[in-house]
Amino acid sequence: MSVPLPGTPVAPASPPGRMDRPPGPRRRLAAALHRHAGVRLSLLLAAPLAWLGVAYLGSLAALFVTAFWSTDSFTGDLVRTFTWANFHDVLTIEVYRTVALRSLGVAVAVTLIDAVIAFPMAFAMAKLASPRTQRWLVIAVLTPLWASYLVKAYAWRVMLSSDGLLGWGYGLWATIATLSYLWLPYMILPIYAGLERLPDSLLEAAGDLGARGWRAFRTVVWPLTFPAIVAGSVFTFSLSLGDYIAVKIVGGRSQLIGNVVYDNIGAANNLPFAAAVATIPVVIMLVYLAAVRRTGALESL
Amino acid sequence: MNLSRGARLALRLALALGLVVIYVPLAIVLLNSFNADRTFAWPPTGFTTRWWSAAWGSSGVRDALWTSVKAGAGATAIALVLGTMAAFAVQRHRFFGRDTVSLLIVLPIALPGIVTGIALNNAFRTILEPFGVGLGLFTVIVGHATFCVVTVHNNVLARLRRTGRNAEEASADLGADPFTTFRLVTFPMMRSALLASGLLAFALSFDEIIVTTFTAGAGVRTLPIWIFENLFRPNQAPVVNVVAAALIVLSVVPIYLAQRLSGTTSTH
Repeated sequence: MSVPLPGTPVAPASPPGRMDRPPGPRRRLAAALHRHAGVRLSLLLAAPLAWLGVAYLGSLAALFVTAFWSTDSFTGDLVRTFTWANFHDVLTIEVYRTVALRSLGVAVAVTLIDAVIAFPMAFAMAKLASPRTQRWLVIAVLTPLWASYLVKAYAWRVMLSSDGLLGWGYGLWATIATLSYLWLPYMILPIYAGLERLPDSLLEAAGDLGARGWRAFRTVVWPLTFPAIVAGSVFTFSLSLGDYIAVKIVGGRSQLIGNVVYDNIGAANNLPFAAAVATIPVVIMLVYLAAVRRTGALESL
Repeated sequence: MNLSRGARLALRLALALGLVVIYVPLAIVLLNSFNADRTFAWPPTGFTTRWWSAAWGSSGVRDALWTSVKAGAGATAIALVLGTMAAFAVQRHRFFGRDTVSLLIVLPIALPGIVTGIALNNAFRTILEPFGVGLGLFTVIVGHATFCVVTVHNNVLARLRRTGRNAEEASADLGADPFTTFRLVTFPMMRSALLASGLLAFALSFDEIIVTTFTAGAGVRTLPIWIFENLFRPNQAPVVNVVAAALIVLSVVPIYLAQRLSGTTSTH
């Protein structure tokens, strides 16, 4: 295929008078694309939307529909007739309510612990360290993120074991400690980025106007970095809510929502019930995302 | 900011303590990989390198590593294409439902991994199995790509916002058609963002276990799956520990590369 490069002189072979170059197929396509923004947009969006909008959302929807089905207790096959039974069981059977509340409690605890640990660290990084040190501190916080999740959970298993460095043993507290450790960088980095964007002049102005220390924090720093904290909390909250691996590694006998879902898929082979249980974290997460959307935190993810 | 000397000291101390907490567990794994005692009682009693040679010779570890690399490469390639396309659509066009597209891209990492995992597992088994395609490496790649798109999308979006369109318009004014402009102007501007996000996507995929559990068939074992399977076997503990130590050492590589990349972008 002969493609006239732009700027290359081309012998006038096509109908003269319109242009000095013949509109080759590529040029015609380029011109058409240039004129029709809608076509350009559809070409760009088609594949991502087919993947995420149709395939992924479709899978989620299908899972949700499955939650209204049941399994034949004898053959284990899916019974495709509508029933509320799974949701009824999830909401009324004591053990599932306990597990759901426990998971929610763990997610809230991990988010709060991380926020409390991360904020002073991020503040010291962004406002007290020199630019050169800042660069190194960011690397220091970022590096463990690349170390594997399992490796870190495993490290805590070793430390918490009865003859390990900490020797606390396994259980729910061990799970909260491990999850807090795992997601801490996800909280530090957004808060650091938020504090870095906060101009020092604002803090100085607050000081000049008489707001020092705590008052400057409450009236200037906190409102302006809150979206960053929320952005971090989306990670810590969501990642804790669905976790079942760390619980298996350091949780001893305690169970979270994720374990119930996992066990219903694996051992019990009851996909409809697992789907019904899995909607709990999804609903919590959607409510959470809707609530934080107003803070503008999702833009800074 | 007007902070008292005490407050400054307290903040610095908090930072130092936080970093200690972050690094001590990793240091212990590194130390334990040379611990002669196979139950890792603390403090270590003797030094040995035999666990490292045992791990090096383990075919299970090697196979799992290779599977992880293939899955990561496949997922990263797909994510680079889809994420870049979505970023261009969102940044360069105004259209109905633009916010929804952004939300849709964040969704796979915002929802708990187990939900994505069982949704894809269910879909794969319903749709692919009638065609004789079982769960395997292909389905792992599809699953990983789904949540890797967001890293590429966000990175490219940030780059497009920062660079603006002036250079592209100048290129068009000088007679380059959109394809030439893309090849000579737009793509070089995005290159380091693509490399950085590709690195991140690969790392996300390399580390993933929950979605992998539900999308991998019986025969496919990525490195995280291998670690998890062997974590509770006491006789495998030293080898698992060496693999963990090796992964900690390896995690410095992407950080180094990312620093090199950001070094090249700051000269733009």
